[in-house]
Amino acid sequence: MILNVIISGLVSGSIYALLAIGFSLIFGVARIVNIAHTAFYMVAAYGIYFGTHQLGFHSLWCILASVVIVTGFGLIIYKFFIDPIREHEAAVLISTIALAMAMQEVMLLIFTGSYLSVPALIGGFFTVFRVKVFYQQLLTFGLVLFILAALWILLMKTKLGLAIRATAQDREVANLMGINESRAAMLTMGITVGLAGLAGAVVVPLTILDPFMWMHPLIMMMAVVVLGGLGSLKGSFVGAYMLGFAEALVVFLIPKGAFLKGSVALSVMILVLLIRPEGLFGVAFEEER
Amino acid sequence: MIMGLLAFYLRKLYSILRNEILVLPSRVVVVLFFLFLLTLPLFYNDSYLLRILIQASIFAILAASWDLLSGFTGQMNFGHAFFFGVGAYTAALLNLHFHIPPWGSIPSGALAAVLAGLVIGIPCLRLKGTYLALTTLAFPIILMGIVFALPDITGGDLGISGISRLSGSRVGDYYITVVLMLGLTTLMWEITDSHTGMIFHAIREDEVAVRASGINTTRYKLLAFTLSGFFAGLSGGLYAHFMRIAGPSTLEVSLSFTVVIWAVFGGIVTIYGPVAAVFILFPLLEFLRFWPEYRTLLFAAVILLILLYMPEGLIPWVRDKIEKECPRCKLRNVALRKTCRVCSASLE
Repeated sequence: MILNVIISGLVSGSIYALLAIGFSLIFGVARIVNIAHTAFYMVAAYGIYFGTHQLGFHSLWCILASVVIVTGFGLIIYKFFIDPIREHEAAVLISTIALAMAMQEVMLLIFTGSYLSVPALIGGFFTVFRVKVFYQQLLTFGLVLFILAALWILLMKTKLGLAIRATAQDREVANLMGINESRAAMLTMGITVGLAGLAGAVVVPLTILDPFMWMHPLIMMMAVVVLGGLGSLKGSFVGAYMLGFAEALVVFLIPKGAFLKGSVALSVMILVLLIRPEGLFGVAFEEER
Repeated sequence: MIMGLLAFYLRKLYSILRNEILVLPSRVVVVLFFLFLLTLPLFYNDSYLLRILIQASIFAILAASWDLLSGFTGQMNFGHAFFFGVGAYTAALLNLHFHIPPWGSIPSGALAAVLAGLVIGIPCLRLKGTYLALTTLAFPIILMGIVFALPDITGGDLGISGISRLSGSRVGDYYITVVLMLGLTTLMWEITDSHTGMIFHAIREDEVAVRASGINTTRYKLLAFTLSGFFAGLSGGLYAHFMRIAGPSTLEVSLSFTVVIWAVFGGIVTIYGPVAAVFILFPLLEFLRFWPEYRTLLFAAVILLILLYMPEGLIPWVRDKIEKECPRCKLRNVALRKTCRVCSASLE
């Protein structure tokens, strides 16, 4: 029982961490609340299904190809639908909602609403204390930690990362220091969509594919980001595992818990906000001038 | 004596019509819209069309109430379905278990939604901007989880059905909802035009400055939450009694998003914008039912394209095209005029 909770919490926590960090990053750098973030994750998952089932390629190539394609797709969408209206915050919000809806509908048209699944990258499982642990779950956990470490190196050790962090801290001063702010925003968009695609790639063998699969992660991701503090990557990381474990505990310990898992996780978020309105590791953003 | 009084009021009406309404195309459109809605069943009594207009009226109240809260005070509410759902479920439960007729259950639902406004408002007072938007999103989802976990009371997935009708006939339903919609949106517009509305608007622009002027912004923000909850709860109760079902669809995330889409599409901080947007988009969506599989896709595409060219919203864009503001006295004029209609300053 306890082991079940730990495994389930670790796996869903890692997925939420991957999603929430991307969401938090693009908000920090470009002030875009990207509702379509998890829709990209869904598109990547469908891309992998299409590659493995319809075209018959190996899963690994499909994962790489679909992450690259989704990233390109995200950049095109950013260029045509988000960049022209970036000064109007409300309009950006609505256009990302509309984009998510449009992606959902296109997937519904192509793949219909039926539930689909993709085989694991590494099949099989081993048993610890009569609890099944799938290799895919371990792989997902490991991959997420690896991706997050790579992202940390990118942000902390490279010049691009410095530019991104500077833009997140203060857009105008970053611009004065010779950083091309709109290019930093564009690159960040590419990185975050890529992260969403990777999240889709690691989650796809563990879950069931349907065109509405972006809704639940979207809500959890937003809760994680608010809980951890907007724009704080460390906060997103901690918040993701907190809510992942909260969800797992509710599902395994309370009868009818599957219905309540979202409610409990979100109540945890609201309780934390009552005590700390800026989130666990929140950094107060400079008021826009 | 009575004839004289009548003649006086007729003359007054005529002068208002001539000097206040006919001078501005937007006012003419509003009057025509009122007349059209109120007289429609007299010459075209089609049950299907009336049904669409009834639903559009109910959602127009909802969209306008979102604008009252989020447009005017800038407190982005992403969980507006919470008010709608609380209103619908309360009205349905009261009607089903205590046999309270619609004229009692709908206002009770609205009062429950006022309480819901306090429940959201108090924890959210300390939050701002995007934090607030993402936190409010959580409330309808929490309630939805509770609805699913207690199927004995709430009917779970199926919802509560068997609620009494709004009135005996379709035309009766139509007049109740349309008159309520026109009355309530006018009331909301009056509120936003009043002293309170001015403070709401000021909170959106600069909360610190408002507090520095000695105004208790906390009180006004809570007032906005409860007022908006009241109107949204009324529309939820109307919806439950018109559809005769209150189900989890009234709490869905997509409903909250749709409300925001309507309001932003029509233009926020106007009240009339969201109403117009619902009356444009809702029949459009019904019209698109001929291609059911492309319906939502086309809806999304229309919104994306409109926002790309009119990021302020459709109605303010149209209004700016047909009317100009006088640079001297700030009154609005038809775009065709060369000089202001009151102070005769040049409009160029």
